[in-house]
Amino acid sequence: MTTPPTTPHTPALGDPVGEHRTALTVASGDLVEHARSLLDQGYRVALVAGHDDGDRLRAVYLFTAADPDRRVELHVPLDKAAPRLPSLAALSFPAGRFEREMRDLFGIVPVDHPLPRRLVRHFHWPQGWYPMLADAGDPPEFGDVDGPYPFRTVEGPGVYEIPVGPVHAGMIGPGHFRFSVVGETILNLKVRLWFVHRGIEKLFQGRRPADAVELAERVSGDTTVGHTLALCLAIEDACRHPVSGHTQRIRTILLELERLYNHITDIGALCNDVGYGILNAHAQRVKEQLLRINDEVTGHRLMRGAIHPGGVTIAALPDLGRLTAIGADIAEIVALALGNTVVADRFTGTAVLTPTQAADLGTLGYVARASGLTTDARHDHPFLAEDFRRTEHTRTDGDVLARFLVRAEEITYSLGLITSLVQTVSGQLTTAATTPTEPRPGQSSGVGIVEGWRGTIVHRVELAPDGTLTRVKIVDPSFFNWPALPVALADTIVPDFPLTNKSFNLSYAGNDM
Amino acid sequence: MSALGIVGGVVQPVLIVAGSPLLVGVMRQVRARLEGRAGPGVGQPWRDLRKLFGKERISPRGTSEVFRVAPLVLVATTLVVAVVTPFVTTDSAVDPVADLFAVVALLALGAVTLALAGLDTGTAFGGMGSSREMTILALVEPTLLVSIFALSVRVGSTNLGAIVSATLHDPVRVISPVSLLAAVALIIVIVAETGRLPVDNPSTHLELTMVHEAMVLEYAGPDLALVELASAMRMSVFLGLLANLFLPWGIASTATPIALLVGVLALIIKVGLLGVLLAAGEVFLAKLRLFRVPELLAGSFLLSLLAVAASFFLA
Repeated sequence: MTTPPTTPHTPALGDPVGEHRTALTVASGDLVEHARSLLDQGYRVALVAGHDDGDRLRAVYLFTAADPDRRVELHVPLDKAAPRLPSLAALSFPAGRFEREMRDLFGIVPVDHPLPRRLVRHFHWPQGWYPMLADAGDPPEFGDVDGPYPFRTVEGPGVYEIPVGPVHAGMIGPGHFRFSVVGETILNLKVRLWFVHRGIEKLFQGRRPADAVELAERVSGDTTVGHTLALCLAIEDACRHPVSGHTQRIRTILLELERLYNHITDIGALCNDVGYGILNAHAQRVKEQLLRINDEVTGHRLMRGAIHPGGVTIAALPDLGRLTAIGADIAEIVALALGNTVVADRFTGTAVLTPTQAADLGTLGYVARASGLTTDARHDHPFLAEDFRRTEHTRTDGDVLARFLVRAEEITYSLGLITSLVQTVSGQLTTAATTPTEPRPGQSSGVGIVEGWRGTIVHRVELAPDGTLTRVKIVDPSFFNWPALPVALADTIVPDFPLTNKSFNLSYAGNDM
Repeated sequence: MSALGIVGGVVQPVLIVAGSPLLVGVMRQVRARLEGRAGPGVGQPWRDLRKLFGKERISPRGTSEVFRVAPLVLVATTLVVAVVTPFVTTDSAVDPVADLFAVVALLALGAVTLALAGLDTGTAFGGMGSSREMTILALVEPTLLVSIFALSVRVGSTNLGAIVSATLHDPVRVISPVSLLAAVALIIVIVAETGRLPVDNPSTHLELTMVHEAMVLEYAGPDLALVELASAMRMSVFLGLLANLFLPWGIASTATPIALLVGVLALIIKVGLLGVLLAAGEVFLAKLRLFRVPELLAGSFLLSLLAVAASFFLA
């Protein structure tokens, strides 16, 4: 990972529009130069969103950098009749993926894109119909397959293909995996996702911020707090509505509670995938205890309904004694897993994602940290005034074992964070039940960045003068991490795929809005 | 053909067919309880079979007779083994078939037929499962033959009844190096043959890691019931063979009702106990990486070779 330059800072681009954030409107011809300059300064592409402003289209590129927290937006106005943009795919891999998404949803064509194929909309969606345009109307009937959408065929003696999904044997989301293998060794894996496009970003449009929360809670069921908090931070940013440190501390407690129950689920599932079922049984027991704590704290096992724009409402603070006992339980499960030589052998060296690959693909969250990157929005883009030390990870080899250990170490860290925050939060459990103040006159925008349990979640909202949402763009870390899965799987054997997939545990719903 | 043999030939298959699903149920229940789960109860495999037998027969488009016949062949071969092998009685209904080589060949025939059925579906999973099963089978069968052969050397016959009777009359043989080496080799073989941990995970839902389950993925209804029943029977047959080759006591050598009753009870207790031990052991095991399985099986083959060598030199 490139370290951002500390001194001297180049003056921020454009005008301040929000917290740590500046915006600049550029012509499409200047986009590449600006993007290159930002990426050279250590920025990453955090979000790219298309907008339909009525008479014209607009692309917004959000670049973020850490230490200190910097956010720069580039706005590119586009002609609605022939929207074209120079592609940034050569500069940034994630940007290339965002461009394909934007083309499928808005019809904005990235010029000179190296892989100008469909991404979000499958081949049974009619061409020329762009769902995010204001005048798109209802989705047309699905007709015949519109043009070929071939898989790359790998040829050679003994090469054969294994198609899996999109309907799987387990209770997981839909995704089609096409393995090209020789014997048991994977030569090439193509993952085709985007079977669950719900048009959720369009559903946000026209809602009041308070009514948008229920949608954000359902973006990805296991990331309720992460997405809701990101949306609320974005709305508060857009309204310039300051939120007290007390509120943010309670929100952080909820965020870490969500991390806890998801990480222990994954730890159990990883053990189960190597046939060590007893640890999964115990991990699920611990998960159930955590869900019940969630229920006591917020009144909902997945913590829906607790966070809202401008505040947070909880029923009780988590019981630290029980959390400590759970921490000891989890430590024992992890020790038992690694103490079994077969389990350790299955985890070690399996599906390695090198630091270079992780950085080039723009991976986030535990996938990135297991490969030695330090990206963590809790420190890179903090919304909490207090500064906590980063989690230190003992193993950063990028294999399944590293991703297992990163989760285990984050559990310890989260428990510590919850403990110290609960001690500072006392008494008042409900804060500012009212929605934020009126938005500023004219159109306003806000960005919320949260380190959800999977990684950095970014929401960007735009509010109309009457306070309704005109555009919400949601970026789940899964969008960045999915391309890393096939890369890590090169030269892995087919029976190790489920284990590897579980170690990434990416969201289907969070990836496909 | 003795009266004892005929009685055995009737009692044994009935016992194995009726008891095998219960054995599977016991093993699952033991594992569930040890993992802190309630478990579905011992009778669940029989309930599943009843449900599956009540469904209509259905086979995937493009499959041939191989696919339809395979479950029957699998059940039939296992049934023949259940009839002839000395489980309850030392005498066999069809004595020439109660031969080491014949029994192993019958069991292998069932496995190969199922692998062919897996290939016949033409799906990637069927082929993958068959390929893996054949890899394992190719390493397992020699071990199976050689380890039982080690026991037959001292008896001078490859007839299983003769081997069991000889052990019955000379119990000291059980604690010889030959027996111990062969027993360890045979246990590993049985674990591999019946698709248990650490070779295969019988309870996985992950298509890509399956061995046995991948082969039978396309079966449904009564055909699936036959495959499941046959798998359960093979497990009982292997455990019964293991029990009677090394601990034959209780087996009926006369055709009196008391002796037969003791024979039946002894088999149930021995196989049940072995099943419980196997299930309990599985709780502590994880599944080996597929490419490590040959190392385990090669180790078991080495043990069986040592058993044969020992049977010649220590005789």
